[in-house]
Formats: sequence, structure tokens, C-alpha cells
Amino acid sequence: MADVTMKIWRGDASGGEFQNYTIEQNDNEVVLDVIHRIQATEAPDLACRWNCKAGKCGSCSAEINGKPRLMCMTRMDTLPEGPVTVTPMKTFPIIRDLVTDVSFNYAMAAKIPALLPKPMPEGGYRLMQEDVERSQEFRKCIECFLCQDVCHVIRDHEDNKANYAGPRFFIRIAELEMNPLDTNDRREFVREDMGLGYCNITKCCTEVCPEGIHITDNAIIPLKERVVAANYDPVAWLGRKIRRQTKKTSAEAAVQPAP
Amino acid sequence: MAVIESSTDVVLSGVRGGPAVKTLRQDRWWLQPVVTVSILTAFVVYSTWSAFNPHNYYVGAMMHRDLISPFFSPCLASSCVEGSQIGFALSGWSLSPAFLILIFPLGFRLTCYYYRRSYYRAFWWSPPACAVSDGHKKYTGETRFPLLMQNAHRYFFYFGIVFNCLLTYDALRAFHQPGIGFGVTLGTIVLTVNATLLWLYSLSCHACRHLCGGSLKTFSNHPVRHRLWKFITPLNENHMKFAWASLIFVALTDVFVRLVASGAITDFRLF
Amino acid sequence: MSNYEHHDYDVLIIGAGGAGLRAAIEAKQRGLKVGIITKSLLGKAHTVMAEGGMAAAMGNVYEEDNWMVHFRDTMRGGKYLNNYRMAELHAKEAPERVLELEQWGALFDRTKDGKILQRDFGGHRYARLAHTGDRTGLELIRTLQQKVVSMGTDVFMEVKVLKLVHDDAGRVAGCVAYHRASGEFVTFAAKAVILATGGAGKSWKFTSNSWEGTGDGHAMALWAGAKLIDMECIQFHPTGMVWPLSVRGILVTEGVRGDGGVLRNSLGERFMFNYVAPMFRAETAETEEEGDLWYDDHNAGRRPPELLPRDEVARAINTEVKAGRGGPHGGVFLDIGSRRSAEFIRRRLPSMYHQFMELAGVDITREAMEIGPTCHYIMGGVQVDADTAATAAPGLFAAGEVAGGMHGANRLGGNSLSDLIVFGKRAGAGAADYVLSGQAATSLNQSAVEAAIKEALAPFERTEGENPYTIQHDLQEMMQANVGIIRTQSELDFALGELDKFTERVKNIAVKGGRAYNPGWNLTTDLPAMLAVCKTVALGASFRKESRGGHTREDFPTASEEFSKFNLAHSSNGGNWDSPIETTESPLLPIPQELKALLEEAH
Ligand SMILES: Cc1cc2nc3c(=O)[nH]c(=O)nc-3n(C[C@H](O)[C@H](O)[C@H](O)COP(=O)(O)OP(=O)(O)OC[C@H]3O[C@@H](n4cnc5c(N)ncnc54)[C@H](O)[C@@H]3O)c2cc1C
Ligand code: SF4
Ligand code: SF4
Ligand code: FES
Ligand code: FES
Repeated sequence: MADVTMKIWRGDASGGEFQNYTIEQNDNEVVLDVIHRIQATEAPDLACRWNCKAGKCGSCSAEINGKPRLMCMTRMDTLPEGPVTVTPMKTFPIIRDLVTDVSFNYAMAAKIPALLPKPMPEGGYRLMQEDVERSQEFRKCIECFLCQDVCHVIRDHEDNKANYAGPRFFIRIAELEMNPLDTNDRREFVREDMGLGYCNITKCCTEVCPEGIHITDNAIIPLKERVVAANYDPVAWLGRKIRRQTKKTSAEAAVQPAP
Repeated sequence: MAVIESSTDVVLSGVRGGPAVKTLRQDRWWLQPVVTVSILTAFVVYSTWSAFNPHNYYVGAMMHRDLISPFFSPCLASSCVEGSQIGFALSGWSLSPAFLILIFPLGFRLTCYYYRRSYYRAFWWSPPACAVSDGHKKYTGETRFPLLMQNAHRYFFYFGIVFNCLLTYDALRAFHQPGIGFGVTLGTIVLTVNATLLWLYSLSCHACRHLCGGSLKTFSNHPVRHRLWKFITPLNENHMKFAWASLIFVALTDVFVRLVASGAITDFRLF
Repeated sequence: MSNYEHHDYDVLIIGAGGAGLRAAIEAKQRGLKVGIITKSLLGKAHTVMAEGGMAAAMGNVYEEDNWMVHFRDTMRGGKYLNNYRMAELHAKEAPERVLELEQWGALFDRTKDGKILQRDFGGHRYARLAHTGDRTGLELIRTLQQKVVSMGTDVFMEVKVLKLVHDDAGRVAGCVAYHRASGEFVTFAAKAVILATGGAGKSWKFTSNSWEGTGDGHAMALWAGAKLIDMECIQFHPTGMVWPLSVRGILVTEGVRGDGGVLRNSLGERFMFNYVAPMFRAETAETEEEGDLWYDDHNAGRRPPELLPRDEVARAINTEVKAGRGGPHGGVFLDIGSRRSAEFIRRRLPSMYHQFMELAGVDITREAMEIGPTCHYIMGGVQVDADTAATAAPGLFAAGEVAGGMHGANRLGGNSLSDLIVFGKRAGAGAADYVLSGQAATSLNQSAVEAAIKEALAPFERTEGENPYTIQHDLQEMMQANVGIIRTQSELDFALGELDKFTERVKNIAVKGGRAYNPGWNLTTDLPAMLAVCKTVALGASFRKESRGGHTREDFPTASEEFSKFNLAHSSNGGNWDSPIETTESPLLPIPQELKALLEEAH
């Protein structure tokens, strides 16, 4: 097969630039294979993350020809002719070469109140398939953080990071809110503390998700609608008053279950 | 990499990697915004023109027809041409009757989740396309007025349903041709298709999906709402298609009615 | 005091796969200060890749199922080399461990009446694997990860542990490690250390394991004074992808066969009918028709031979290919497309569908997959006490794939994920009890810390030397060729000689670049562990002159009574990575009479 030129961004917090590697390309290879071959020969210190090589672990996220993608699931033969650019995810601080500091995501994850379950009956819970299906879609998430990377709210506006959880964590909250065992109410929490209102539903997260999760349609918009009911809908407010229901404040919701 | 501790604060900033360019995408990412801008602009220009020209929007008994343009229905002003009213007339309204009602469909579409996506991308450029830098220094999304008002969408949805009923009524009424009786004409088909597309657009709405059953935590103990939700969900997946189809068809319906009313074409009778 | 970043914990857990995370939850629930270290990011360990499910005799699909049947299946699958007590505890406790996951947010697929659905896997008499589609490992690791995070546990990500360190009394007292991001060293002192570092499959050429599977924990335990057993027992999973070459080895879940997929050779024959060993004959279908009845009702027919334990199937595939009845790329065919509807396949096996579509351009709902054996799991590991997970080194505990004994000579599919949660919890409890008993270690031996750091930095000082990638590549080729599925004495002797040469080559590596996120250097620090593991595997394989489970000898093709009485145990004589290894016989625990009766019962 013909040779291919890989334009790989190399550098760290002190700066960096593209370096070109011209290398033979074999049949059916993915971008990660080519990167590995460069590593094993020309550049043993070329930094990149990977684990499963099969789109299951979400480690190998990068931007290929400017698009956030998994390197292990991007076949070389699907890319247009000409040099292939590979750059680190733009939204997160750089560590080195293709590796970024994704701790933003782990810190956000730690803030989310986990499942607050109903007590478990003897012999386990009974749950119907139709009741778990919606949340199961979100639990397919492999935490590649490509959706976080592409989301312009933080990609283009660093200052929003303090107030914004990002699509990965909106699906996490949606998953909990739709889990039939859950007894918490995170609607105020997701509005006030997680910045749901910053999302303008432009759907880039859905476009890049390698798991094909309908992030915007099935998680974010349903969450927005739930927030409307909790906050902006006078009829829903009246309904709550009449039925003497309450909603949890953000602070009330933000508790972790007992260990 | 960092240590996660319960106390760790979010790592806010840090030097980013990669070249400082707007985008490295090589495909024609600008095509979609261009198409969106073109269609939406064309629609706005046409509908504004139409609203400012309150004539030829109704084909009445003189022509043995009962066809009204969706831009003018329900026609609520006393100035509405004879036959086009629905039993209620607001006197003293001197502007085009279209202005009495247009706010509702306009508001419905402006606050629609799908249109929001499209115009935020194409007109606001936040972002113009995925992984292409957005054009603004500051960004607060839908957290402040006026964009906070997008949360009223479900109320526009309720109005949308009322309008759909009225337009359905218009379509049904058109099947009775004054002086002739029941019959199917090109106009009846146009109005019916228009009403159908509007129904599909409204029923596939995200607010509708939420109200039907999406708000539930557990489906299995609400079988009726679950079934409704399961009916709406596949429609919802096609909301984008219905949004465009119904938008374009509404304008075409107006064009059709105007052409018939002005005598440029005749409303061909099929049977 | 040391000049390095330093942390103190009651319980330090090395490894954030299912076993490590479950152990952390337990220790944390006991009120101890817990730290977790992982050399990748949290949530990326091998556990995330597990597909098919986790075995637990809950009896949701077949009421007849119970822990006794599960125990029997595990022991038979392991060819009786198992630590019976582990198999017993595992079978008894797995259902409870699975149920508790739902309180932490796991969502398994359901039966019609709302219980956890269970699927069929090889070697399990009843449908027993709780699962979520074909991404059960993801469900497990995410659930445990979220639980651990909600409890406010410290997790050190991308920190690689080099070596365990003792206190002056010889108790394990912590470890020395480095941050991969910066290359800076860090030390941890702990009253108890739990190893949960997973497997060692990366030393073979065709493997389902990632770069992490270098057996660090096996090696560190060996160096710290614990014993490794059953290292010769390596599971070659029968169904790995063989084409395209760049994805060779990537796993195809056994769930494909559990859900109706069958194996065919190039003549289109379901060859597995020709490979049913006498031990399994009574419970295996004799005709295709009988096998097909079984999928819907296990009482209507006996199980198809495709669902024999993995060692049996892997050997059969190997034989077929050697006999010239393989496919164009050296595998055989796994066909589900002609047997199940496209809708069924996409619903039950979504990630398999996706994986073949994307990586091989094969639509498995229409075409057969070409597959062959791939190195998958190491049954061998650190010898532990079944109830507490304690090793021979005081203060050191081990759970998960790094521990040995539970699976004997061959692991049944699905028994690993349940192993993680059963023994993860037990290790957490064992370590907590040990800490609370007050006999725990006090301080790190600083000279050992310095020595480990000096060793890790040595490759930077050499200007001339070998590329670590070349060594790793050669090692994988060598192990695949000589210590693969089928072994003979001459090849094993050759391999042992080669391994000594590799030891010398490792001492001569030169690393390019700096310390910050340098994969070349990171690999260099993995190689000593890989070599230690390879040596114990080759030694065990050459000592065990019989064929049993995941150890097959061409020159001794059958199991022998003599070798059925002990495990082979390895210990390090010196505690350095290049110290000599001693191998001894370690007699199996005697099985109590009432459990023996379960094994002897006809099926
Ligand atoms: C593709 C695949 C599919 C599988 N499918 C199934 C299945 O369906 N059912 C089943 O039961 N089993 C399955 N298995 C087996 C099972 O997944 C593994 O055996 C199990 O997950 C191992 O878990 P663990 O917790 O012991 O270790 P792992 O999950 O491997 O975790 C090891 C941890 O240790 C850390 N670590 C290792 N060395 C160091 C070091 N030096 N310093 C710091 N940290 C270190 C790693 O970073 C990692 O966090 C499968 C395995 C694979 C590879
Ligand atoms: S839809 Fe919302 S969350 Fe998703 S990328 Fe766009 S702004 Fe971000
Ligand atoms: S939602 Fe999709 S894109 Fe986002 S982290 Fe999960 S798998 Fe990745
Ligand atoms: S390496 Fe696991 S997703 Fe790419
Ligand atoms: S009309 Fe588009 S979402 Fe409601």
C-alpha cells in the first residue's frame, strides 16, 4: 500500500508543533495502529492513551483531521487522501503530545449525587425491562469525553468550566433521574450547579459520540423539560401546590447516599 | 494525571494543546449553515411580505370554494374578507389580520428545540459547526433573559395544538364547496397535507414527548402514558424532517391560495 | 524523610478494576482511610472490556440452579486444580454480590417478571450470567467506580507502581511508584496493601489484553515474598478476531455462542461434535438437532458442544486449522447470522455487531466471523487464603485476576467478574481486619525505595542501547511460538534459555526523551514484570508433564493422576526482578466430604 503522511501535534504546556511522519499504511488499519507503528520505530516517546483497541474503554480520544474521534475506531481508508492531522483534544489542558489532562471530568463526576435507592426487598428488586431501557442507553457511555471536548460551551469559553458539567454528565444525571429505583430529585441541582441552561442544544455532542447515544434528544432535552416543570411552568407549580408535592433544592439534592 | 479526591476543585484552566486555529476540519462544514440560513431567510422574507399584503388570502363562495391561507387563519379582525372569519371579529384592528395570530406559530417555531439548534448554529455561530470555534467572546447560553424565555416552549406547543385544530377545521371545511357540495379539489388536498404536516410537527415536539410520558420515572405503572410515549418517540426522531417539511409547505399553501384567489390558476376539481 | 511526594493510608489498593474497586468499597465501609492506584485512567481497566456477563447461581431463569451446581461446574471446568474453598465461597456469595450492585446503580437486562436476566455460557449447566447486553464489564466497573467516587475515595490515576516496599520487620508497608504524566516519583505507606492488578496476557502476540496486562502485580507479589501458583495455566479464548491483522486477538464474546452461534470449518461442518471429551459426553448433545432444542429449553436436549469449556474449544479450533480445514486467514468460522434474526443479533450483541462492522467490514447478521484462539486470561496468580485473601507476605492481600486458585486449570466464562466482586469484598474485609488487629507495618524501608528508583532511571543514563518496543515485540513472538496453546519440552527448554537472554537485553535498554508521559520509558518499567511472569509460566509448563485445562502438552497429551494432587508454586530467591525463581509442589487443599459428594454426583 501507499505511504501516508501523518501530521501529529507534538509538544506540551511550553509549546508544540506539527511533526510529519511518513509511514507505510497497511490494509484495514485504524489511526491508532499507525500511531503505534510510529511509536515502535521513529518516536518511542510519542505520548498517546489507549487500552482496548476496540472502542470499549474510551481512552484513545483525539482530533483527527479536526474532528473529535476515537483513534482505534477510525479506519485510515475512510479518511480523504492527503496528510492526516492528529491533534490532542482541544478543550482540556495539554500534558504531552496527544495526551490531555481530563481531570475536569472526574471532578465533575464526583459532584454528582449518586443513586439514592429505594430499600432493597428480600431477593432483590423487581424492575421491568421497559423501565431500565432509557437509562441503559446512557450507561453505554465509555467516558471517552469526546462530547465534552466538542461542546462549545467549554471548548470556546474556558471561563464556563466552573459552572458547567457538560454532556457526559447530563446523561449521567438523566440516567439517575430515569432510574426507577431512585428517590432523589436533581432538577434544581442540574439547573443551578451543573449549568444545564448553558447548553444550547446544538447537538455536537450527539454527532461525535462513538456509542451513538442520543445525548441531546434523549437526555438533555428531557432534562430541560423536567427543569421547566420544576421552575418555569406555572401550571406545574400549581399542580405541585394542590397535590402538596415539593421539589428538592439544589443543596438538598446534592447529598451522596450513605456508604 | 491528577488525583481525584472528594475535595478536588475542577481544574479550570491550563495551557491547551494543538495549534491555535479556528478549526482543522477539512470537509465542507460551512455547507449546512449556508443552507439553513438560505431557507430560513427565504421563509422570513416571504412570510413578512405575505403578512403585509392582506389580500388574496381567501378563496370564497364567489369561486365556489372555501380555502383560507394558513398565514391568515383564524382570521380574527373585522376587516377580514367575507367568509373567512370564524364567528368572532375584532373591530378597530387596522393592521393586517395576520399580525393578530402570527406570533403563535412564530413563537412555536422560534422556541422549538430543533430550530433553536439550527439558528444558534447558522445565525449566531455558536458554534457554526462542530469543532469550529464559535464567534463570541462571552457565552451564557439559555441561562439569561431573553433566551431564558425558550423555556416557555410548552405553552407555544399548547397554542400550536389549538392552531392545528383550526387548520384541520379549515381543511375539512374546504371539502364542502359552496354552491356545489362535497368535492375534492387540489385546494382540499393542499390544505389537508398542510394540516397533516403541522400535526406531525407538533406531535413530534419534544415538549409533547415529555408531557405524554417522558416525565415519568417508571413506565410500567403508567401503561397508557407509556404507550403514548412509545407512539410519540419514533415521530420525535423525525422531528427535524417534519420541521422543514411543514415550514416549506405552509409557505407553499399560502402561495397556492394566493394564486387561486388572484385568478392566476384555478383550483382544479378532481371529483 | 524521603524527598518524594508521599501519601499514607490504612489500606492501599493497587489496581482499579472490579476487584480493586470492590475492595475499596469494603475497606471504606469499615471506616478506614483508603487509597487506590491505577496506571491508566479510572474506569479503563480490563474489567471495562468484559462482555458476556457475570456468573451467579440466582436461579432466575432456571430455578434448578443453585450454588452447589455452580460449585461443581467451576471445579469441573478447572479440572479440579482449584482451591476448593474459593470455588465454594464464590458460588455461595456471587448472587448476593450481584444483587447489591443494583443499589449502587447497575442496570442489568431483565426477565419478563422483572428479575435479572441470565444467559448461557460454556461450562455452566444453566443460564447463569447476569448481563447488560454485551457490555457487562462496563456496567460493573462504572457502578463500582461511581460508588467509590460517591464515597469520597482518593484515586491516583496514571500512577504506575514499580515495587512493593517492606518495613524493617519484613511486613509489606507500601510501595514506590511514579506519575506517568510528570515522571515524578511518589511513595505510599500503608498498613495493608491489596493487589488487584489484573492479568498478564500482553506477553503473547495474539491477545485480548491491553498494554496494562503486563502482570505487574504477579511480579511484585513474587518479589515481595508471596507465592505464585498455576502459572502454566493460561486461558486461550477460542474466539478472538483473526482479521484484519491489526485487530488480531481482539475478543469475540462467548455470548455469541451462548445466544446460538455455532462453529464451522471451511467444509461447513460443525466440527465441535468430533471433539467431546469423555468427561463431558454425558451432558453434551450428540446431534445438531438435539443441540438446537437446548437453547430454548435446557431440559429438552443436551447442550451443543460449542459451549464446552474454553480450553476444549480452543484446542479443537487449533486442531482443525492445523489439519487444513481453516479459513483464509487461519481461523475457523463463527456463524450466528444464519441462525438468528438480524434484529435479535443487534439487540443481544450490539457491540459485537459494531466491532465487526467498523473494524472488519463484516456484517455479522449476514456473514460468518472468522475467529481463532487468543490469549485471554491467566488462571495462575498469587496464592491466597480463600477467606481473607491474605498472601504469604504479611500485610499483602490479592484479589481478582492477579490471585490464583479460584479457577484451577481453566476458568469458566463469566466466573471472573463474579470472582472480582466476591473476593474483592473479601480482600477489603481481610485487609481491614488485619489493619484493625494492630500488627500492621510501620514505615517504609528507604534504601529499598532508593534502589527501586535508581533502577527505574537507569535506562536514561545509557546513550546506546536497545529500543524497549523491539524487546517487547520479540518477547511476544517468542512466547507465542514456544509457550502458546500447545507446548512440548524442547520448546519450553528453549524458551527458558531465551528468557535469560531477554533479561540481559532489558538491562541494556536506552530510553529516548524525558520522563513526562513517555510511553517508551513506561514500557521499559513494565518489562521486568513481564519477564518474571513469562519465566514462571515457562517453568510451570515444563514441570507439569501432563495436559490439564489451560495447559496442553503435545508430549503428554492426557491428564495424569500424579499431577492432580498439587499446584506448582513459585517463589523468588532474592526479591529482585532478575533473582532466580524456585518452583515447588504445593499440595491441594483436601476437599471436605460433603463437597466431594457434589462433584461425584452424576450430572
Ligand atoms: C476483552 C475481555 C473480555 C472479557 N469478558 C469477560 C466476561 O464476559 N466475563 C468475565 O467474567 N470475565 C471476562 N473477562 C475477564 C475479566 O474481565 C478480567 O479477568 C477482570 O476484569 C480482571 O479484573 P481485575 O480487577 O482483576 O483487574 P483489571 O480490571 O485488569 O484491573 C487491573 C488494574 O490494575 C492496575 N494496575 C496494573 N498494574 C499496575 C501497576 N503496576 N501500578 C498501578 N496500577 C496497576 C491497572 O491500571 C488496572 O486499574 C474478559 C477480559 C477481557 C480482556
Ligand atoms: S448540545 Fe449542548 S451539551 Fe451537546 S455539544 Fe451542544 S451545547 Fe454542548
Ligand atoms: S456520551 Fe458518548 S461521547 Fe460522551 S463520553 Fe460518553 S461515550 Fe463519549
Ligand atoms: S483504545 Fe479503547 S476506545 Fe480506543
Ligand atoms: S416543536 Fe420542535 S421541539 Fe417542540
